[in-house]
Amino acid sequence: MAALQTMQGVPQAGDYIRILPEIVLSIFGMIVMLLDPVLDERRSQRTLGGIALLGAIAALAATLYQAQPRFWGFGFFDTVKLDAFSVFFHFVVIAVTILVILSSYEYMEVQQIRAGEYYGLVLFGTVGMALMSSAVELVLIFIALEISSISTYILAGFRRRSAISSESSVKYFLLGSFATAFFLYGVALMFGATGSTSIARISAALADYAGTGHGPMLAYLGVALMFVGLGFKVAAAPFHIWTPDVYEGAPSPVVGFMSTAPKAAVFAVLLRIIFEAHFSETVWLIWLAAALSMTIGNVAALVQDNIKRLLAYSSIAHAGYLLIAFASLPANGIPAAMFFTASYAAMNVGAFAVIGHFAGHGERYVMLEDYAGLGKRSPVLAAILTVFLLSLIGIPITGGFFAKFYVFSAALQGAHPLMGLVIIGVINSAVAAYYYLRVIVVMYMREPREDAPVAPISAGLGLALGLSLAATLFLGIYPNPVLKYAALSVGLLH
Amino acid sequence: MPDNDFVRSYLPLLIHFLLAGALAGALVLLSWLIGYRKPTRAKMSPYECGMTPIGDARARFSVKFYMVAMLFILFDVEAVFLYPWAIILKDLKRMGQGLFGLSEMFVYIGIVLVGYWYIWKKGALDWGLTISSPQAARITRVTRSGGSSQEPEPELVGVAGKGGL
Repeated sequence: MAALQTMQGVPQAGDYIRILPEIVLSIFGMIVMLLDPVLDERRSQRTLGGIALLGAIAALAATLYQAQPRFWGFGFFDTVKLDAFSVFFHFVVIAVTILVILSSYEYMEVQQIRAGEYYGLVLFGTVGMALMSSAVELVLIFIALEISSISTYILAGFRRRSAISSESSVKYFLLGSFATAFFLYGVALMFGATGSTSIARISAALADYAGTGHGPMLAYLGVALMFVGLGFKVAAAPFHIWTPDVYEGAPSPVVGFMSTAPKAAVFAVLLRIIFEAHFSETVWLIWLAAALSMTIGNVAALVQDNIKRLLAYSSIAHAGYLLIAFASLPANGIPAAMFFTASYAAMNVGAFAVIGHFAGHGERYVMLEDYAGLGKRSPVLAAILTVFLLSLIGIPITGGFFAKFYVFSAALQGAHPLMGLVIIGVINSAVAAYYYLRVIVVMYMREPREDAPVAPISAGLGLALGLSLAATLFLGIYPNPVLKYAALSVGLLH
Repeated sequence: MPDNDFVRSYLPLLIHFLLAGALAGALVLLSWLIGYRKPTRAKMSPYECGMTPIGDARARFSVKFYMVAMLFILFDVEAVFLYPWAIILKDLKRMGQGLFGLSEMFVYIGIVLVGYWYIWKKGALDWGLTISSPQAARITRVTRSGGSSQEPEPELVGVAGKGGL
């Protein structure tokens, strides 16, 4: 009874509009699950993939619809918040989903994977990721995190006949559940310290503490534990150990998916927690994680011969660059982090689409030497991969350049510029150039050692590659509109 | 102590526990004292549902047991959500939102039913080879025709050859 009286009645129409993309995705996910058992499994791949694609596009349309400022605001008893920030991350997550579904068609056929549940899980996972970016209540964030994580645990093991894929799935599941427990413990302590799980109320409660002169230790412990859980999900050092093994074993389009969309969503959660709840005292924690991630990621990537492991370490390093923005002032850090997420998503999904295409049946060709002479054997594919790799280095006219540029410049502004962190970051970027360029050198300057067959690019994959290429170049040539939209969030969060 | 009444309200429960313990203890004790015993080897061995009680614990058993256990947990947990709803429904009706409360539960049950349909059609509830779904039927056909199928050979890529940290 008491609970009912505090709730203002029941959800209104506006509440449903604020979670419209999630509703659309869930409905299409359920349609896929309903149709999967009744369709012939050898021919259902295209039908179900088509339905999933339709669902993702409908969800993108729903995101654009709810992007109108008249719908902005809190929904479902202040547990979700629709604003420019959540729309931005919805857009990134759902766009990544579209690209992944497009590049999965061909991959699933080549690998002879039964695909019904695959597309269902991709859509359900996207529901969780989308919800994460609009949730402003820690318990809802936890549920969204679990929806997204459980889907990706299963997706990682989808090459059922391959031992390393199963290894990847089990490893990801065990370590991921462990990390989630840390997050949950952090939420519990935070509730103990502030009496609420709503980020806005936590922020208010912490502001009350500020007058008493001593910091609420319990709240700091809580946020530190939450950072452990979320740091695991974004593969930030020192919680990164799982990344290379999981990325190596998981199907390539899935790696493209889980290295971008859930990461974007978790970074959205981190941005809300760090900046909206005013946890500026934890800067040193983020400083340390950023420096460690960049250094460990880049140094370990130098000695990798497997391209998926190489990009896994690169993804750890990129989490490190992104964390620099979290240590900066909100006015510059928030848009920089958002821009970085979008541009990293575009280039990484594209890179893994190429890798998945080239890997062939059973992901046979994933070693660096298999890429020898790719420039001659498949000039188009090699050129596309080169653009993504250059973007990962951060060469101008690609999205990667402005991503790094904004993050570094955000760190240098304000009364206490993070000079040390930026120096570490710049040195790391130089180190990183070596291993990305190594791939390009192998592709163009080595003679092919073995005639690894390169299949023609199918329409779906071609579209996915074209779109991610266009996004990478667009962000690198004309970043202003995206940055401006991201800057809208500064006032909303802080 | 403001809590006294609250604690006292649990007194019958405590008495109940004590009585239950005493009764159970008395029954065991009595049958031990006055019972007629004629031990044999089989009677003295530990009882475990007809299985040999001692042996390798890593026996293999069908994956279907896991499947049933997993599905049971899923649907059991889903049923748990019905209780708070049933309690709150009257309050919702009093607030004039009875229809909303009812339709919410229909949506919820509908989603549960999607999962039920899925596992049923996938043959997860079939115990044995009496399989009705077209996919499962195909598997049966393949198995009966001696295993020649369109499936690729199972390939187990080794975990060796990993470099790095």
